[in-house]
Amino acid sequence: MRIQLKSIAHARSGDKGDTANVGLIALREEIYPLLAREVTAGRVKEHFKGICKGEVERFELPNLGALNFLLHQSLGGGGTLSLMTDAQGKTFSTALLRLQIDIDDEEASRLGLIAQN
Amino acid sequence: MKERVRIAAGQGFWGDLPDAPVRQVEGGPIDYLMLDYLAEVTMSIMQKQKARDAKAGYARDFVTLMKEILPTCMARDIRVVANAGGVNVRGCAVAVAEVAYELGLMGKLKIGIVTGDDILDRLDEFLFRGIELRNMDTSETLHTVRDKIQSANAYLGAAPIVEALNKGAQVVITGRATDTGLTLGPLIHEFGWATDDWDKLAAGTIAGHIIECGAQCSGGNCQYDWQSIPDLANVGFPIAEASADGTFVITKHDNTGGRVNVPSIKEQLVYEMGDPHEYITPDCVADFTTIQLAEDGADRVRVFGIKGGPATDSLKVSISYSAGYKAVGTLVYSWPDAYQKAQAADRILRARLERMGLRFDQILTEYVGANATHGPLAGAPSPDLAEVQLRVGVRGNNRAAIEQFTKEIAPLILTGPPGVTGFAGGRPKVEEVVAYWPALIPKSEIRANVKFLNV
Repeated sequence: MRIQLKSIAHARSGDKGDTANVGLIALREEIYPLLAREVTAGRVKEHFKGICKGEVERFELPNLGALNFLLHQSLGGGGTLSLMTDAQGKTFSTALLRLQIDIDDEEASRLGLIAQN
Repeated sequence: MKERVRIAAGQGFWGDLPDAPVRQVEGGPIDYLMLDYLAEVTMSIMQKQKARDAKAGYARDFVTLMKEILPTCMARDIRVVANAGGVNVRGCAVAVAEVAYELGLMGKLKIGIVTGDDILDRLDEFLFRGIELRNMDTSETLHTVRDKIQSANAYLGAAPIVEALNKGAQVVITGRATDTGLTLGPLIHEFGWATDDWDKLAAGTIAGHIIECGAQCSGGNCQYDWQSIPDLANVGFPIAEASADGTFVITKHDNTGGRVNVPSIKEQLVYEMGDPHEYITPDCVADFTTIQLAEDGADRVRVFGIKGGPATDSLKVSISYSAGYKAVGTLVYSWPDAYQKAQAADRILRARLERMGLRFDQILTEYVGANATHGPLAGAPSPDLAEVQLRVGVRGNNRAAIEQFTKEIAPLILTGPPGVTGFAGGRPKVEEVVAYWPALIPKSEIRANVKFLNV
């Protein structure tokens, strides 16, 4: 089955210069391994095609059930230089929650996700 | 030694809820009020104010606030730590002293003044001596912007704040100090943590990180179950209740709105995070992958297990420089075909700018209501879109070209696609762009200064 991150995670994003950071947090602890396996740096780079012009770095925080992504060259120059409505990358969090991942039915059922699709 | 020290955050940024610090002081027991006033943009604004008036250059809001809360703070022994001094810390302290005098607090108040962060006058000396202050992001040397620099400050850590508190200051005013140092300083002062007790310094730093954005850790801007977060109109700002062993609880006053729970704290922990193994401050390097969280009753989250490592031998420097001008023009197009009309207007506008021979370093068109936040991820806009806002921004070094752009927006109403409105604000304003230059400097070059003003 296909599942959108919105139904299994929450997130917050911010900026550091022209880099957006997105912290992706599993809604429940058991879901973290699924995020860690599926939401790779490459996957996120692909998702933000046309928005993120640099590389994507990923860091793992299993203690918080969270992943942190750095999306370089994503904010139109960043800070005060940027002309974007979202020059501080505040809505990159919800933009990442649009990502859909495929998960086999057995795992979805084990994680209690079947009804949520 | 106190068993627990309660540090309350009163402002998440300069311009945050004006009555939040008052409510922190009056809403229940606290030991310290921590106030963060300095965003990066603030320092350059303050330098300009100081250039016009030698007595200006700090956060005047802080003085107004002190007038309101100083009597209560003195009566309840609440100490205040704020980076409100901007580029004129002494001027800020004098203004607070005048307020204290008016309030009849003569002989009672000792104000700590932390300076040494302002390095604007030393830049040429540094460059001459081969301290290049290269841009941390681009590696360029400072020479590329040398003649456009407006402010330059090193980020001071907790140490000078600790010194001021140790010597009895009830109010400590700093210039550019790290947000986290404003929280860590009082904890080192109270608990006597050693300067190489890295785990505890990291814990105090992380407590600071959690509360430094105000209510953003207590229910504000919280995605987790946001519809059910109660009474944000009366949102409680965060309080860190710290213990000497380096553990702490994040909470808020009783009878306030918002919510403190594990998800709300997690969201703030990942905010503006880089490499979580290395959260670098002047005081230590904190490891966010060691943080443990547990709910500890209603609106209470216990934070423990934090590990840290030795501080680096550099300080971060924030330099602001003039980087041209920008302006943003907007118009609103209505159903039917709102998006197509806005797109047509953009084409017409760009053709006119082209014909006038105007050149910009950057021009950006966004359609608010269709794709301004999520770009292509938002997909094609619905053909039934009720309205969309056309938003066009330009940036460049030629002020005249930006001025001409601002005159081209309103004419689109009578000379472009139909169904357009939303020009009540008048012609867009031309803004000066102040950009940032992040750099590192050896710690040995910066000496923090602590002085006192007795009222």
